[in-house]
Amino acid sequence: MSDVIVVGAGVVGAACAYYAARAGLDVTVVDRGPVAGGTTGAGEGNVLVSDKEPGPELDLALLSNRLWRELDRSVGGFEFEAKGGLVVAETADVRLQLADLAAKQGIQHENVPAHALRDLEPHLADGLAGGVLYPQDAQVQPMLAAARLLRHSAGGRGGRLPGGGAVRLRLGVTVTGLLRSGERVSGVRTDQGDLPGGAVVNAAGTWGGRIAALAGVDLPVQPRRGFILVTEPLGEPLIRHKVYTAAYVTNVASDSADLETSAVIEGTPAGTVLIGASRERVGFDRTTSPPVLARLAAQAVALFPVLRDVRVIRSYCGFRPYCPDHLPVIGADPRAPGLYHACGHEGAGIGLAPATGHLLAQLIQGHRPDLDPHPFRPDRFQAEESR
Amino acid sequence: MTEPFQITIDGHPVPVTPGQTIGAALHAAGRRSWRTTRFGGRPRGLFCGIGVCFDCLITVNGRPPERACLLPARPGDEVTT
Amino acid sequence: MLLGDWDLVVIGGGPAGVAGALTAALHGLRVAVVDAGARLGGQYFRHRAAPPHSSTPGFGRFLGQVRALRERAEVLTEHQVWSVTRQVDGRLTVHCAARDGGRERPVALGCRRLLIATGAHDRVLPFPGWDLPGVLTAGGAQALLKGHGVVAGSRVVVAGTGPFLLPVAVGLAEAGARVAGVYEAGGGLGLARHPLRALGKAGEAAGYGVALARHGVPYRTRRAVIAAHGEHELEAVTVARLDRDWRVLGTRRVTCDTLATGYGFIPQIELGVQLGCDTRHDADGSPILAVDHGQRTSVPGVWAAGEPTGVGGWRLAELEGRLAGLSIAAAAAAVAATAPAVAAAAAVPTAANAPVPVPVPVPSVLLRRRRSARAFAAALLEAYPVRSGWQGWLRDDTLVCRCEEVPLARVREAQELGATDARSIKLLARAGMGWCQGRICGYPVACLAGEPPAPPRRPVAQPISLAALAAFDEDGTRTEPHTTEDPA
Repeated sequence: MSDVIVVGAGVVGAACAYYAARAGLDVTVVDRGPVAGGTTGAGEGNVLVSDKEPGPELDLALLSNRLWRELDRSVGGFEFEAKGGLVVAETADVRLQLADLAAKQGIQHENVPAHALRDLEPHLADGLAGGVLYPQDAQVQPMLAAARLLRHSAGGRGGRLPGGGAVRLRLGVTVTGLLRSGERVSGVRTDQGDLPGGAVVNAAGTWGGRIAALAGVDLPVQPRRGFILVTEPLGEPLIRHKVYTAAYVTNVASDSADLETSAVIEGTPAGTVLIGASRERVGFDRTTSPPVLARLAAQAVALFPVLRDVRVIRSYCGFRPYCPDHLPVIGADPRAPGLYHACGHEGAGIGLAPATGHLLAQLIQGHRPDLDPHPFRPDRFQAEESR
Repeated sequence: MTEPFQITIDGHPVPVTPGQTIGAALHAAGRRSWRTTRFGGRPRGLFCGIGVCFDCLITVNGRPPERACLLPARPGDEVTT
Repeated sequence: MLLGDWDLVVIGGGPAGVAGALTAALHGLRVAVVDAGARLGGQYFRHRAAPPHSSTPGFGRFLGQVRALRERAEVLTEHQVWSVTRQVDGRLTVHCAARDGGRERPVALGCRRLLIATGAHDRVLPFPGWDLPGVLTAGGAQALLKGHGVVAGSRVVVAGTGPFLLPVAVGLAEAGARVAGVYEAGGGLGLARHPLRALGKAGEAAGYGVALARHGVPYRTRRAVIAAHGEHELEAVTVARLDRDWRVLGTRRVTCDTLATGYGFIPQIELGVQLGCDTRHDADGSPILAVDHGQRTSVPGVWAAGEPTGVGGWRLAELEGRLAGLSIAAAAAAVAATAPAVAAAAAVPTAANAPVPVPVPVPSVLLRRRRSARAFAAALLEAYPVRSGWQGWLRDDTLVCRCEEVPLARVREAQELGATDARSIKLLARAGMGWCQGRICGYPVACLAGEPPAPPRRPVAQPISLAALAAFDEDGTRTEPHTTEDPA
């Protein structure tokens, strides 16, 4: 029997397992697919503070940013790049709004006047009004990050960290129900037998609502689809930072189900350029939409004309786990004792994963958490409905 | 266009029979590689020969890389490596 | 640019595509054919128009079909199709990148029906040194010879499995190459017991045998090239004697400047997969498009013929193309019968004097011929299976993915990190993430993952420049979801 059963081997589940094991707990991670087979495998690897409104999510992002840097030193092997983020404004008005937001965020930043943009990004288009540089923004390779965290937690096959708990990885195992001792959730039922555990962590990402439903509780996590274009590898890196337009911040915070796109562009260590981002709520539909790809391409060329003749060699889509208030769900579920949630991070799951795992390990142990988890409580949606 | 003509690779002439692709003309002239890979610096030329593997990417007239095995040679084409 | 409203767009101008397009055009349909190459012909009829290749069986007839087709249909060469989408009104849009003197131009073709006749490419297995210049696919060596009159090398080894090795070796020998040997990894007792004989093709096998003997080319079974050597180019290969599972029993070195290698073929079906067509696995494990007796896929308005429905060679491809053309013409006629005004206008939007589509029965003789040809093709595939012993030919540093330069060690590392399937090997090790999108390494990686190869998911089927993609015309091309996938 494990102390903790983590459902989901994406980056959030991996971080939960890592911090729980580091605290000395025995952990079993179960996933119906491989490591990072869901939204983690479709992510760009954003570790951003720049796109967060001041408040609980920014606090979580700042904690996570610090933890990612620690993990890079202690675990490593997942292409952590402290490249910094550059938000650019097309007009003077927008530039003022960006400067305003940055001041309110109260985090490290530098206002960049129009004439200095090309010192940071030599290939940016003409006519931009300026921007804000956020040196803390970073990037990881998300699949490797999840895999390395799990591997490191296990300290080898079925092993443990020095002084830590054991971590077992059960891949290709589907959770079909929850075990109960009286009212309490006491493990998971799977297609390959029961896995009893002291606590169950729902880290099933976009499918988190399904796991909650197995416990008879409602968790309104919905898929919000995004496409990413990947270019051919470039001979020389053309783009240094994560560069995005101000519209991205608005789109992230938007509640619309309709298609929204904004330019988010960055290079990768493999030499390719990743081009996002689109958001639309269309269920789990994987059909490629050429008009969306075309808009992403047009926005990328508008921002970086140098990319005109660069070829797109593939595209992929993923489903962000979207909650109506754009905040993740982190913490114990009072409606189902023994069940904890760590899901619903929308497009920020990679960035927020370490802080989520860290907080959850503290909560499971009954320790006082480093951050107030109240804004992320699982039963907050019900409260809003009954209000 | 039925007469043989020439293209160049890094300034050196390569004969072409009309209808040949740049890849075929280079291979026929004994040039079996024209680029190196970005990590290991390994030489690459034709492999699949039919546009599938992208090993034979080539720079012609300064344009972005194309598959040499699909690209018809035109008189005066300048290949750079 | 949106070009027209075609009754039929055919993707691929090989024997299947040309026969399908011509058949449909002869029944009065407005047809466009697109092909990535500079000439029609596909991989089999890729000859330059001039002799000496006019003796190739079927080539004269194919040229006749192409001439007839050009009089009746729009033929667009050097058009690479990167996507096919369905519009809200049910029509399809074929998105191409066209070449104009080196510049890329987006072209979209609107149509009511689609025929996927995209052929196949060589299936290759990795081995140490397989990315040295001078190592070619068997199809690549054949393409150089037939398409360009270029003999791939002066001292050539031909190795792999399957009947295709024979014409490749004979072609090279007859064109003047010294063929040092043909190494067939499969079993059997040599040419005297070649499966072609058992399958009633004794004449064909004997013909190849005579030709190889005339040029002094040894043909050996249970042999494979398991390593290639050379500083900057191929200088020699290691030929191994194999057991029945293709494990190495002994080796020797053979000097050569060129290797032509192939282990069967991979049908190109990604456009069908994009559209949501049902797939199945062929006798050799390759994913193929499932079709009915009229070559219809599971998706309305989409037909497939030739190798995408199972590798079977040019004769079967042409036959299936004709069947598809007849079936498509029948479908068009059925629409015309139910809604004459609308459908007639649709079938012949410009030429008032063109024939009005009439119901077309599919002759049962063609169906019978196809059945027997399909059975023959399946028997051939079963006679040349790929055995798992090839995985033992690899070393830790052998590249599995040529584009991203991923060695076997990194694939194994990904598996240890929790990559339990081919897709997650790709995500963790980058195998298949590069230029070719796993066309070359997809099969070996699936084998290493211990699973049958999955239908290829390539939403961008061919590279397209950002400028061309950005210029994509949104009018009338909104896509209709075809799956509401629920992976739970």
